[in-house]
Amino acid sequence: MQIEIKFNLNGEDVSIITDPVRRLLDVLREDFKLTGVKEGCSEGECGACVVFINDILVNSCMVPMANVINKRVMSIEGFKKTKEFEVIEKGFLEAGAVQCGFCTPGMIMATENLLKNISNPSVEEIKEGLSGNICRCTGYQTIIEAVQLSVKEGGGLWKSNLTSL
Amino acid sequence: MRIDTRKVRTDGKEKIRGENKYLEDLEFENLYYARTLRSEVSRAIIKEIIYPEMPENYHIVDKNDILRNEVKMIEVDMPIFAKDQVNYIGEPISLIVGQNKDVIIDIINHTKVIYEELPSVYSMEEAKANNVTIIEKENNEFTSHEFSIGDISSLNDCEIFDGIYETTYQEQLYMEKQGAVGDYKDGELIVYGSMQCPYYVKNALMHATGYNGLNTRVIQADTGGAFGGKEEYPSLMACQVAAATLKIKKPVRLIFDRREDIMYTTKRHPSKVFIKSYVEKNKIIGIDINVELDAGPYIGLSDVVLQRALFTLNGAYQIENAKVKGTVYATNNVFTGAFRGFGAPQTMFALEQHFNQVATKLKIDPFEFKKAHFVKQGQKTVTNGVYVEEIKLDEVADKLEKLSDYKNKMKLLDSEDYYYGIGVSFIPHGGGFTGDGEAEHIKAKVKLKKNKNNTVEILIANVEMGQGAKTALPKIVASVIDIDIEDVIYNNPDTKYVPDSGPTVASRTTMVVGRLLYKAAEKVKERFNEEEFIVEENFKAPDYLVWDPETFQGNAYMSYSWSGNVAEVLVDKITYDVTVKNIYGVYDIGYPIDIKLVEGQIHGGIIQGMGMGMMENMTSKNGKIEQNNFEAYSVPTIKDIPNMEFDLVINEYDDGPYGAKGVGELTLVGIPPAIASAIENAVNKEFFKVPVTPEYILEVKEYADRN
Repeated sequence: MQIEIKFNLNGEDVSIITDPVRRLLDVLREDFKLTGVKEGCSEGECGACVVFINDILVNSCMVPMANVINKRVMSIEGFKKTKEFEVIEKGFLEAGAVQCGFCTPGMIMATENLLKNISNPSVEEIKEGLSGNICRCTGYQTIIEAVQLSVKEGGGLWKSNLTSL
Repeated sequence: MRIDTRKVRTDGKEKIRGENKYLEDLEFENLYYARTLRSEVSRAIIKEIIYPEMPENYHIVDKNDILRNEVKMIEVDMPIFAKDQVNYIGEPISLIVGQNKDVIIDIINHTKVIYEELPSVYSMEEAKANNVTIIEKENNEFTSHEFSIGDISSLNDCEIFDGIYETTYQEQLYMEKQGAVGDYKDGELIVYGSMQCPYYVKNALMHATGYNGLNTRVIQADTGGAFGGKEEYPSLMACQVAAATLKIKKPVRLIFDRREDIMYTTKRHPSKVFIKSYVEKNKIIGIDINVELDAGPYIGLSDVVLQRALFTLNGAYQIENAKVKGTVYATNNVFTGAFRGFGAPQTMFALEQHFNQVATKLKIDPFEFKKAHFVKQGQKTVTNGVYVEEIKLDEVADKLEKLSDYKNKMKLLDSEDYYYGIGVSFIPHGGGFTGDGEAEHIKAKVKLKKNKNNTVEILIANVEMGQGAKTALPKIVASVIDIDIEDVIYNNPDTKYVPDSGPTVASRTTMVVGRLLYKAAEKVKERFNEEEFIVEENFKAPDYLVWDPETFQGNAYMSYSWSGNVAEVLVDKITYDVTVKNIYGVYDIGYPIDIKLVEGQIHGGIIQGMGMGMMENMTSKNGKIEQNNFEAYSVPTIKDIPNMEFDLVINEYDDGPYGAKGVGELTLVGIPPAIASAIENAVNKEFFKVPVTPEYILEVKEYADRN
């Protein structure tokens, strides 16, 4: 079955005709060429494919297209145009928190999700906030440092947009 | 630039933005997808394969579609597609190729393979029992080696200790799954892949297809982690997509799903290590070690893994009398291969755990006991070679003691809820290929090209796979020539343009290839005012390297890196859950080319080692891997990590770039024994296997209580 699905993608209204059970991950990668969204496990366990749907962080491998009708979807390609991204990017670069890079866009998105909910997280809160994202290279410590650097550099960037969990 | 100036990773930005291209992100016109039809049984003759009627433009690619149905690694015993017999569960029989993935899956689901099952061997014990012979060699032994120093039979009146140590499978679990794309254009076969060793792949392709070096081309796509898992395995997948693309003359892509990748690709060898030690006056003066590895049905790299496992067996210690034996067994389990450490994690776990147990029985602090055995410059290795470099193990130990506050921590007591424990390990790791491997087999060649616009291009076959080669190697070149790192170009290798500088393995990339680039850069610097030219540099073995490949006597390594680790654990008194509180590490890696990259290797190695030591419990039952996803096979998450602190001991290696030695593997090897020893210290029981899971602690405690 093919239906027309309209949604907002990275700030733009888009529409595609597709099977409503297709995974959002595949539509983003194949139809919209948004390859910053990575497929790591396809079972919702590794966090490499996370996107925001109406500001909620979700694994796009677990989302059928029917669930994004009339919703706002933001992938790393949209998020990288924000001020928050610039700060987080600097934090990850400075901390040396990137190695093979396959988990990195997901980690960046999870960091944004964490900071918009808790603008100055403790180490325990950082660990909780990023616990859905697997990294096999870094041993995570530099990722924690990257988040802390982002908070330090970002000043009040996240405080001003406090949203409740 | 100067070598000690910190540079952020050259590939950092594009990775953070999700802009770089892994294999799955590359676009090909008119792409065909492939999926593998796999054996469902562990050992059988294939009587018949009944495929459903194939829709138009869907193809079966199998053993009949390739000139030589052999994956060329060191031997050629593994077929690209099963011949008339399958030898492990998941063995590839054919590829189904077409443009719609759902149709391909449907074809596979409607294919029936008729097997005549044969008896299988599922463990090294069964292999040894030899009731069933699965390879054309005696006792199911692929290879066996034995050598010794001193004379263990002369040791009388010694106190004798023994133990049998075991490790299980470990999966690399790189975040990017294995994949390859084959393409055929204008008479040229091109394979793109996620890989460590473009020339291994090229050589395998030439062997399989009969194509020559001029019309076979391998291009590395950005590689999302490898850890050894993409050393030899990509050769198999490359030959498969080559067969498909040559058959249909269209680009063909094969990317595994995660479950396939976990269950059917190479893993760390399960091992069993028998140790008997001879103690006189509180010192181990003799040791008798027997190592067994489970290779699965094909030899692959297993003999080389065994060699590294054996050559490193005196550890960080001088043991005057040693007898070392090792055997690789064939089984009908999944076939095993390279994984960070390459045999050393298995034998170093056994040796370190044994030292810890002997020290505890002798009522000597394990830290002091190990220190008293440290090997020194001029003394002999277990292969009768001489340690030619300065060994700074005492400095490593001193720094480690201070960094970890070991002496005070040793006095810490259990709390109401937790047992407290502390453990220590000391590890050597030889950089580069063993023995004369670099000089006789690899023969690395590098090139640097000076361009008109004053940029310099690195032409090598080594890859960035996360470890930081794209930062470390340009940094060496830029520092020698004294130009900006931004003016050094280092693209993913394409065998059409780069010479064979050897595989990206064995902690050799910075130490061996980096040194060649250093020397080439010196030549470029001298001629920098010339417009455009290429310089070449070839590997030459250092004069001190003496090695007999027949008897395994001499210097097994050009140079050693060293580590000391302390682990502190809390073991829950009721659940036996283990929390690692702190891991301290002190490393002699010569000189750090970039401290942030070194830190990345240290942290990453520690956490992967922690997985091996206490979490990653991969098992095989009747030839089938029992864990097939991230949930069943749990690797450390950010919530599991301990506090990590490290320090370095500078000990410049004359034949390394700026004195650098290997670092990538060393950092993992010391962690399983440090954690296992800490758990022994916490619960006052001996542990002989990793991972030390809560279930295993419970088993050991309950057994002790019952008796």
